[in-house]
Amino acid sequence: MAASVVDTYADPTMSWMNAPHSTGTSIMACEYDGGVVIGADSRTTTGAYIANRVTDKLTRITDHIYCCRSGSAADTQAIADIVTYHLNFHKMELGEEPLVQTAAAIFRELCYNYRDSLVAGILVAGWDKKKGGQIYSVPIGGMVQRQAVSIGGSGSTYVYGYVDANFKPNMTKEEAMKFVTNTLTLAMLRDGSSGGVVRLGVISEAGVERSVILGDQLPKFYEG
Amino acid sequence: MSSIGTGYDLSASQFSPDGRVFQVEYAAKAVENSGTVIGLRGKDGVVFAVEKLVTSKLYEPGANKRIFHVDEHVGMAVAGLISDARQIVETARSEASSYRSQYGAPVPLKYLNERVSMYMHAYTLYSAVRPYGCSVIMGTWSDYEGPQMFMLEPSGVSFSYFGCAVGKAKQAAKTEIEKLKLADMTVKDLVKEAARIIYIVHDELKDKQFELELSWVSKDTKGRHELVPKELAAEVENQAKQALADIEDSDEGDM
Repeated sequence: MAASVVDTYADPTMSWMNAPHSTGTSIMACEYDGGVVIGADSRTTTGAYIANRVTDKLTRITDHIYCCRSGSAADTQAIADIVTYHLNFHKMELGEEPLVQTAAAIFRELCYNYRDSLVAGILVAGWDKKKGGQIYSVPIGGMVQRQAVSIGGSGSTYVYGYVDANFKPNMTKEEAMKFVTNTLTLAMLRDGSSGGVVRLGVISEAGVERSVILGDQLPKFYEG
Repeated sequence: MSSIGTGYDLSASQFSPDGRVFQVEYAAKAVENSGTVIGLRGKDGVVFAVEKLVTSKLYEPGANKRIFHVDEHVGMAVAGLISDARQIVETARSEASSYRSQYGAPVPLKYLNERVSMYMHAYTLYSAVRPYGCSVIMGTWSDYEGPQMFMLEPSGVSFSYFGCAVGKAKQAAKTEIEKLKLADMTVKDLVKEAARIIYIVHDELKDKQFELELSWVSKDTKGRHELVPKELAAEVENQAKQALADIEDSDEGDM
């Protein structure tokens, strides 16, 4: 029982035993001249415990629409599954790729109607033939807002200034990928609930290109 | 219709021995008695023109309109029984509005057309109802999909068209429409042609009075379905009257 003495000393309530999995997170999406770049860290925590260090928080909705999830892992996975179902059905009825604004509207509907029981902050991003690359932010409470660049999750609070100072409209794909990688790296360094690797997705007319930047390949910044 | 009176025309839910549904054919006949309605799809939009027959001098001008807004971006011109047509307009409107609230985007015309067509088709299947005695033309324009136009018939069948006509003088109107190079024309050109065609096909011996209704949805109207502005409508109507007078003069000259 020696171990439990040490553990209960650190956390006498043993909260990690029943704390929900949550993606205390850094997520980001950014428009560029041919679509959008999305990115996320890879840490999932259960209280202070890292339940998964290589999580994929970039979730496919359709071939051209992805979402970045933050908040409760269970809630956001469930919402993403429901939206995926609706858009698949809609795609069959329509005979063409659904619009990003349609995906955002369905996310909004769910997040708003169940706002009292959900903890979900979602970025909906994708490409469609009507408006090209688009990002819709659906924060806790169920608002929707289209943004050219958007950040979310606990880590985002540390990097609003960096994003405001460095975002430019109509970047190239490479510039946007670099910008997202830098922002997420900075957020992961400051935020204790974010970390691991940086996962990226580039969505354009051609579809999605996924990539991973491992911890030792992340850009180097001042660490005091 | 040799089989009239053989009993196979009493219900929409029964075929005749030679495979026809007479109730649907009668509905089509109801549409053929209506004033002519045409829809023209050009390169930058869709134009509707309606020959609205005025059956009494006691009606106010502009009564019993036959062109409707279904949604901001969709227009509908109707031929046939006006009361039946108004119900179809209502169906289309509620379909468009529920799409908007569910999916946060304007309803694609292809999708709306499918929904309204299925609704009309349902009324050809049951003995307790009769088919709709109207045909409707729906049109829209959007930046990324361009102009689109569909015509729906009482049978529930619908097609996408470059140009279409329905009502009394549909044959004559179609002959005129076929002479146009629709794909190269703008709505500004088409609205003149539409007015001219309605005037040409109008039979003033049988139907004395009519009102010309004109509407469009195009790049110029930013994808909104609108009535053609009063001044322009008056101008093209005068040109149409002039064109008709010229034809009549030359006919007399030949004799």
